[in-house]
Order: sequence, then C-alpha cells, then structure tokens
Amino acid sequence: MMRWSPALLLALLAAAPWLGFSGSYEFTLMARAMVLALAALSLGFLVGGAGLVSLGHAAMLGVGGYAVAILDAHGVTEALLVLPAAVAAAALFALLTGAIAIRTSGVHFIMITLAFGQMAFFTASSLAAYGGDDGYTLYARTEIAGHRLLENRLAFHYLCLALLAGAWLLLRAILASRFGRVLRATRENAQRAEAMGFAPYAYRLAAYAIAGAVAGLAGFLMANATEFVAPSAIAWQRSGELLFMVILGGVGSLPGAILGAAAFVVAEEQLATLTEHWRLIFGPLLILAVIFLPHGLAGRHRG
Amino acid sequence: MSGTLLLVQALNGLQLGVLLFLVAAGLTLVFGVMDFINLAHGVQYMLGAYLGAHFAAIMGSFWLALPLALLGSLAIGLLLEVLVFRHLYARDHLAQVLATFGVILVLNQGVKAVWGTAPRELPVPALLDGGITIMPGLQYPVFRIAIIAAGLATAGLLWLVVERTKVGMLIRAGATNPRMVAALGVDVRRLFTLVFATGAMLAGFAGVMAAPIFSVEPGMGDTVLILAFVVIVIGGIGSIRGAFIAALLVGLIDTLGRSLMPDLMRLILDASSARQAGAAIASMLVYVAMAAVLAFRPAGLFPVRGG
Repeated sequence: MMRWSPALLLALLAAAPWLGFSGSYEFTLMARAMVLALAALSLGFLVGGAGLVSLGHAAMLGVGGYAVAILDAHGVTEALLVLPAAVAAAALFALLTGAIAIRTSGVHFIMITLAFGQMAFFTASSLAAYGGDDGYTLYARTEIAGHRLLENRLAFHYLCLALLAGAWLLLRAILASRFGRVLRATRENAQRAEAMGFAPYAYRLAAYAIAGAVAGLAGFLMANATEFVAPSAIAWQRSGELLFMVILGGVGSLPGAILGAAAFVVAEEQLATLTEHWRLIFGPLLILAVIFLPHGLAGRHRG
Repeated sequence: MSGTLLLVQALNGLQLGVLLFLVAAGLTLVFGVMDFINLAHGVQYMLGAYLGAHFAAIMGSFWLALPLALLGSLAIGLLLEVLVFRHLYARDHLAQVLATFGVILVLNQGVKAVWGTAPRELPVPALLDGGITIMPGLQYPVFRIAIIAAGLATAGLLWLVVERTKVGMLIRAGATNPRMVAALGVDVRRLFTLVFATGAMLAGFAGVMAAPIFSVEPGMGDTVLILAFVVIVIGGIGSIRGAFIAALLVGLIDTLGRSLMPDLMRLILDASSARQAGAAIASMLVYVAMAAVLAFRPAGLFPVRGG
C-alpha cells in the first residue's frame, strides 16, 4: 500500500478541485501542504539519501522566498526570471554554507546548520527595505511570460502539484543513479566508500546544493501562495517541523516525506480548530510518534 | 565610543556570558556523558524564570522564590527525564532532536496556557537594588554585578567538583569514554541522572537570575538555547572549561558587537544603512565565530572525547 499511497495522494490532490474542494480555504490549505511537502521532500532527500540531518533547512526556503520578495520590490515579477533566480539563490546559499558545514558530522553538523539558519533569520529580520521583522507583502503574484496566470487559483494549484510531482521524480531518479548509490554508500559507511576511491565530501556537497535548490523552489511557491514573506516563516522552529515531517513519513522514503507533510498540515489544522493551545496536544503526539514509530508512518526502515 | 561606555558594555557582555555558561554547563555535560542532544534545555531556563516570577508574586520575596524555583526546575527536569528523555538515549540524534523539539512545543505553549502571553516581571530584590559607582561618574546596577559574581562562583564550584572530586572524575571519564566507564562497573545511568539534575537546576538558576533584567515570556528559552549550543560547540562538547571560556567569549562578542558594529559601519556607510548593516552583522557575529572555529578546529577549542 505504501508504494502506491504517494501516487494516490497526488492523484487526490489533482482531483480535489473537482470533488468540491474548491473554496478559498481548501485551496489555501492544499497549497500550504504542497509547499511544505516540497520542502520536506528536499530535506528527506538529504536525511535519507546522504545521512545529513540539517536543522537549518527552513533557511533555504527563506532564501527562495526572499529572492521573490526582493525582485518584486524592484519590479521584477516575470517567472522566467524570478523562478530560476529563487532556485539559484537557494542552491548558492546551500553551496556556500554546505562547504563549511559538511566538513563536520553528527551533532556538529546539526548545530552548524542551525547556526546558518539563524544567520539567515537575522539577516532577513534586518532587511528593513523588505519589511524587516514584519515581513514583506508582494505587490502581486509572479507573472508567467507576462500573463497573470498564477492569480488563477486552479492554475496555481496545478503548478504546485506539477512541481511537487516533478521534484519527487527527479530526486528519486537522482537517488537511483550512480551518484545516488555512492551517496547512500557514504551514508552507510563513509570509510568504506572512501576506501573504494570516492570522496564523500564532494558527493555530500552536491546533494546539499540539490536539496537547497528544491527547497528554493518551495520558497518561490510559498511566497506566491501567501503573497507574503516574513522572517517568522524561516525561524528554526520551521526547520524542526520539516524534520518532523520527514521522520513522520519514515526516514529514507521520499514519498514518506510528502505523506508526512500532508499529515502534519491536516493534524495542525484539525487540532487548531479544537483549541488555541493545540500545541499542547501536538507536542506529545510528536514525542510519542518519535518514541513508538521509529520508522515513521510507513513502518519500514530505509526502503 | 567612550571608554566608560565600553566598560559598561564589557560588563554587560560578561553578565550575558555567565548566564550562558550556567545554561551551557548542563548541556555540555549531558551531551558529553550520554551523547544526548537535548533541545529542551532552553525551556528549563524559561521555566526557572517563570517559576521565579510566580513564587515571588505569591511570597512577595525574591529570596524565598529563588530556592522554590530551583526545586521546581529540578522536579520538572527529573520528570522530563523519566517521561521522555530516558526512552531516547539509545536512539540516534535525529530522534533526540525531534522528541526534545516536541517538549519545547509543549512547554512554550504550557506557560502560555498557565500564565498567558503577556510578559511577566520579577522585581529586583531590594537588597540588590540600585547602582554602585565603579568609576567616577559611572554607576552600574548592583544586581548585574551580583549576577556576574553568582555566575563566577557557580563556575568555580563546578570546576572544583569536576576537577577535584570522585564524582567529577567519573563525569570527566564519562565524557571521554562512556563505554569504558560503564565497563569498569560504574552505574552510568545514575551518574547521568545526577548530571542531568544538576544541569536542569543550573539552567533554572540562570532563568531566575535573568528574570529581573530580561522580560519573562514564552519562547525566551529558544534564543538562549541556540546561543548555548554555539557555546558548547565552540568550547568543545563535554568540556566545562571550554564551555566557560566560550560562554564569556560569546557573551562579549555578542554584546560588544551590538554596540560597536553600527559605529564601525559608519566609517564606510551613511548613517541609516550603517545602523541597519551594523545590527545585521552584530546579530550574526557569534555564528560567524562558531563557523570559523568549526572550520579550523572541528572538535572545538577544548576537545574532550577520546578516540
């Protein structure tokens, strides 16, 4: 069942607008789920594929989002420019910070990615020209070849879905390739991979940049979905939530990350309707999930 | 920037440094001995501040509130250990990060549910109110001096225990090679509970001491937690001496950076962009310092763990 459930989920999302889920509330919720799924997917690729547990992944999302905001403030709203810029900016940020972070491992890697995440957060907070602490509201959604296509909810919905499905297939293909096999070998046993003549550093750094690029794409969609970018969206708590989505779906399973993100958004939404103190319920659920579901909802280990 | 202002900022930096040390000390020992990464250590600091403010409001006295808040921090710390942390020692860092992240969500929300979202206050005790003249024409609050003194005294005491007693020897041995210590017949679990309880109380103590000068609010532990992580990574995980030196370093860099950077930027930028860029760079300085240390000494300044 696990094999097919992600495809099923994507199919459900594709059909949703025709099954009555076509109000503004439903579209907003589904967009949020898909954006977070895309971000979780990239983090899942990093954690499951390369064994790199980053606690600063929200920063990549932020770099993508802020690229949209900064270009918007300077009147550049053409997707053919904005989208590659957001992806490239996030990949570059990943490459620069990764070059230092990947020299370390284990706890140190977690800490240093957290530190880089905080640096991005404080930089965003100090960008007074782009809203500072309060965030920046876009003038309008990004245009595609001059057409304001993304203003159409349905079009935006399918764009998110297509990018999510595309990113999933791309990352899956990368993991299945020779590059991906070396990457997984360095995760399982770095020494052995090194003895076979592979330098783990280069492979890990490349994986880190790829994950950054995909998260930048998610950031582009996030900025357009809410027409708003703020430092609070890239705080370290968001990085923690992304990690939770990945582990909820089962580490090592890319589709698991998509399921984890969807489950997270639904759970958050449901609990929030119960009580304003929904985190008092959500927190224990998280703890119990970690303690009792070591292999995630998927229930299998490193597929 | 005048000399007196620089002195005041240096003292403020020292005071932030000792508070960070109190939080980082428990974190680095728990990390060192059990290889356990506890994100929830920052909320211990927050709870210390809340309990202090709560008991002070009921009892009307800082001096009664202080020991009660310490006991409360200890009780909550031990409760968390039994309920949550104990089940995570054998798990990987990812699981530990996530579960303790869950604890942060609960406790941050918990204090909101119990005490509301508005910041609370803990008045400075009358005995330590007012200022003293440390230089002609320069007054400095007595309470801040007291924080520095209390922090340095605690650090000294901790150093004595860790370096000069049998328990301290076991802790150092545990941080260097925990499996060997267990193999020699030491009850590592009990040793850890002791280390953990001490860490929880130290963080709670830092929270009570910080409450009169910072505002007591939900999430106040998160910032301190991240700075404490920076401290133990710079100092070398498991090293009390490293944590002490790194804490003072981080406290000074952060405080002096915030007051000096905007002025330094004035040399190359106009006033308003200097203020902006200065503030941005200042808030990043400690992270830059950490990245620099890790790039050149990946195990920190005072590495502990043996091979």
